[in-house]
Amino acid sequence: MADLLTFTDRGIYCEAGDFYIDPWRPVDRALVTHGHADHAHEGMARYLATDIAAPVMRHRLGEISLDTIRYGETRRIGDVTVSFHPAGHVPGSAQIRVERKGEVWVASGDYKTIDDGLSTPFEPVRCDAFITESTFGLPVFKWTPQAELARDLNAWWAANAAEGRFSLIGAYALGKAQRILTLADTSIGPILTHGAVENTNEVLRAQGIALPDTIRVTPDLDLKAHAGALVVATPPGLGGPWARRFNVAGNPASTAFASGWMALRGVRRRRAADRGFIMSDHADWPGLNAAIRETGARKIFVTHGYTSIFRRWLESEGFEAHVVSTEYAGENVDADDEGEAA
Amino acid sequence: MKRFAELFRAVDQTTRTTKKVAAMAAYFREAPDADKLWTVALFSGRRPRRTITATVLREWAAERAGIPLWLFEEAYPIVGDLAETISLVLPPAEAEEDRPLSHWIDEIRRLSKQDDAARKAGILAAWDRLGPTERLLFTKLLTGSFRVGVSQKLMTRALAQATEIDEAELTHRLMGSWTPDDITWHSLVHAPDPTASLSRPYPFYLAYQLDDPEALGDPAQWMAERKWDGIRGQLILRGGDHHLWSRGEELMTDRFPELARMKDFLPMGTVIDGEVLGWGDEVPLSFNALQKRIGRKTVPKKLLAEAPVILMGYDLLEQDGEDIRALPFAERRARLDALGRDLPPEAPFRLSPLVPVKSLDQLAEERAKSRELMAEGLMLKRADSPYLSGRKKGDWWKWKVDPLTIDAVMVYAQAGSGRRANMFTDFTFAVRDGNGLVPFTKAYSGLTDAEFRKITAWVRKNTLERYGPVRHVKPEHVFEIGFEGIQPSPRHKSGVSLRFPRMLRWRHDKPLDEINTLEDLRQMLAAYGGESAA
Ligand SMILES: [Zn+2]
Ligand SMILES: [Zn+2]
Repeated sequence: MADLLTFTDRGIYCEAGDFYIDPWRPVDRALVTHGHADHAHEGMARYLATDIAAPVMRHRLGEISLDTIRYGETRRIGDVTVSFHPAGHVPGSAQIRVERKGEVWVASGDYKTIDDGLSTPFEPVRCDAFITESTFGLPVFKWTPQAELARDLNAWWAANAAEGRFSLIGAYALGKAQRILTLADTSIGPILTHGAVENTNEVLRAQGIALPDTIRVTPDLDLKAHAGALVVATPPGLGGPWARRFNVAGNPASTAFASGWMALRGVRRRRAADRGFIMSDHADWPGLNAAIRETGARKIFVTHGYTSIFRRWLESEGFEAHVVSTEYAGENVDADDEGEAA
Repeated sequence: MKRFAELFRAVDQTTRTTKKVAAMAAYFREAPDADKLWTVALFSGRRPRRTITATVLREWAAERAGIPLWLFEEAYPIVGDLAETISLVLPPAEAEEDRPLSHWIDEIRRLSKQDDAARKAGILAAWDRLGPTERLLFTKLLTGSFRVGVSQKLMTRALAQATEIDEAELTHRLMGSWTPDDITWHSLVHAPDPTASLSRPYPFYLAYQLDDPEALGDPAQWMAERKWDGIRGQLILRGGDHHLWSRGEELMTDRFPELARMKDFLPMGTVIDGEVLGWGDEVPLSFNALQKRIGRKTVPKKLLAEAPVILMGYDLLEQDGEDIRALPFAERRARLDALGRDLPPEAPFRLSPLVPVKSLDQLAEERAKSRELMAEGLMLKRADSPYLSGRKKGDWWKWKVDPLTIDAVMVYAQAGSGRRANMFTDFTFAVRDGNGLVPFTKAYSGLTDAEFRKITAWVRKNTLERYGPVRHVKPEHVFEIGFEGIQPSPRHKSGVSLRFPRMLRWRHDKPLDEINTLEDLRQMLAAYGGESAA
């Protein structure tokens, strides 16, 4: 019998249900794990995503024909049953479970196993075949615990605020930016946001996700009145002319990046920020391994990241592992030229 | 070692010089003397020798981390640094403790004298007692690979702030061949003993590249000489001995034994700044010839005969035991001429001929002759300039010839490591040969980070084939490759190898069929191949 899911040049395809998962070329029916640009593309005739992911997708893709589904709810499509399960990556992100006659495949999109206090936490789903990313699929990637991150972030911000300096941090507009907001200790000072971040904040607040108060940076905002603020920007915003306004005469802003790549000293130095916080919405090495083990799957497909190394590792651990080529992009600290793919 | 780790993080995490200096000055005010001494030693490149092979360290780290060795080996080039890879794969420390830097250095030396089993136990125990940064630093010290993103100049500035000793004076005190074993903090920094420093060199004065000759102003104020393509060196004759220092503050005395004869020709109490050059028939040998001698601690007779060296004198820094760096260059140079003028030809010394300066145009013409004279360009020195230390703008300029260039197409790409992990930065370039393409060089540098990101995105989408980490890409993007020299190389398919190749420009304007050919490269080899003068 043919594989339940196959890998095509348009995306992950389910013939028995005639739909695609996270396709990157126009198709009739797209099941989408989450709203990041490398997973939710324009041009599909019909979309299906979780109710929590839907508002951001509408915001980003405009007028689309979008049907929603709740976590755990089952839906019959053609000869298969599909359901969406929390992936813990960003609010509303899902692993998509596909079942036919007791055989279960799961396409996990992007995921992380730690609870970020914002997204519905990752839930392992038992399956026969598991499709996984491997953005950080090397044993050198181990994330800083959430509590320690909060402590480091707030200590950095407080020290800058005490000197009357702005604290500029670069993070993806969807996911990481809000995670920083929830970690920030608002007693230190006000929080300013780049437009791209604030637009996403507004969408999330409107759907009932609690975020601390933020102030959108506009040309006429009185910066003096907000000296010492935390400024949350997109990574390209941080490097560009937009950020220069925060260099108050003789008191340049302190800059930081939040990314899993900050685990590598070389990348930290390349980005030339004052600080690098090791923070990712993708699974680290222990996370990937734990997630894969908990699925009980024997067959593993690796989509993006350190694919061939990770496949060899899985094989040495007794799995049947394959590398499949996709257009998913993982986490990029250099998002400037490629749009936001995460 | 927490205090030292904090200092390392502080200078490593910021790009701002003021912050780096402030962090170092604070450290030099507070740390214990033994740690300060080691810190100055480490920050000025005086690393303890590697006492243990990297191979066993990887094995022990992989074993402790519970991963197969091949996986460690895959991660290492991506991280780009062995000690960092080790410290990242190891499980978190179980019993962190804070001992001074000097304690851990002593521990490394103690372990180096023991057998393998005891070393392993000691190193695993140390890894288990150190936090992440401390562990990285300890491992770097073990592997002899400690480096820090701070120049000696900045460190000296911080030390001057902390001790209130004049910065130039401190720069001089810290030079030379001392190690933390044969000196104390007090005698190094506060009370130097003059007899103990007979071999101590002066800080080198370095020049910036001249971009705009008009900036020189009145040509009459300038003196010019050739910029020779050898090894910059400082020859010291003091107390009956001679010492030869490199610009990187390395003693090269034993590598160039022919210079010992200088003791027969010049008086003690003389220090000369010059260039070590391969020399035959009163002309410089190609840099190739000198290169054969560079990596060698001792020199076989055959090589001594094939590639003898001389010192080409540029400047006189000390005469009759007196520091004359404050005198005007014209005066120092006149004294050097007087010392060197009448030496017999067997003396391994020549005066670097002065190039007369009449006008900017005439200087430009002289510069254009550089390649045929085996020089890299011109050196311009203001006649009234003192001998300063470090790289300073204004009084001295180097005016190098333009690099040789060739337009070539990128055919292979490989991801970088360390600072450039996850970006494609290492490229192989090809020229045309009939209907085919012949790869002829690699190049890593010369593009901006934004350009590297753009090409990285393109490589991901235009890979034809993968060979391990190397991607064969569509021949499409043309680059102007600049290089300083070209040599025949039977090991390369193209038959040539380039010196200092780098990307000068991304030629978006140039189509693939207009790139240079293998024949063009062969003509350059014939013209500049460098063997002619040997
Ligand atoms: Zn994503
Ligand atoms: Zn993604």
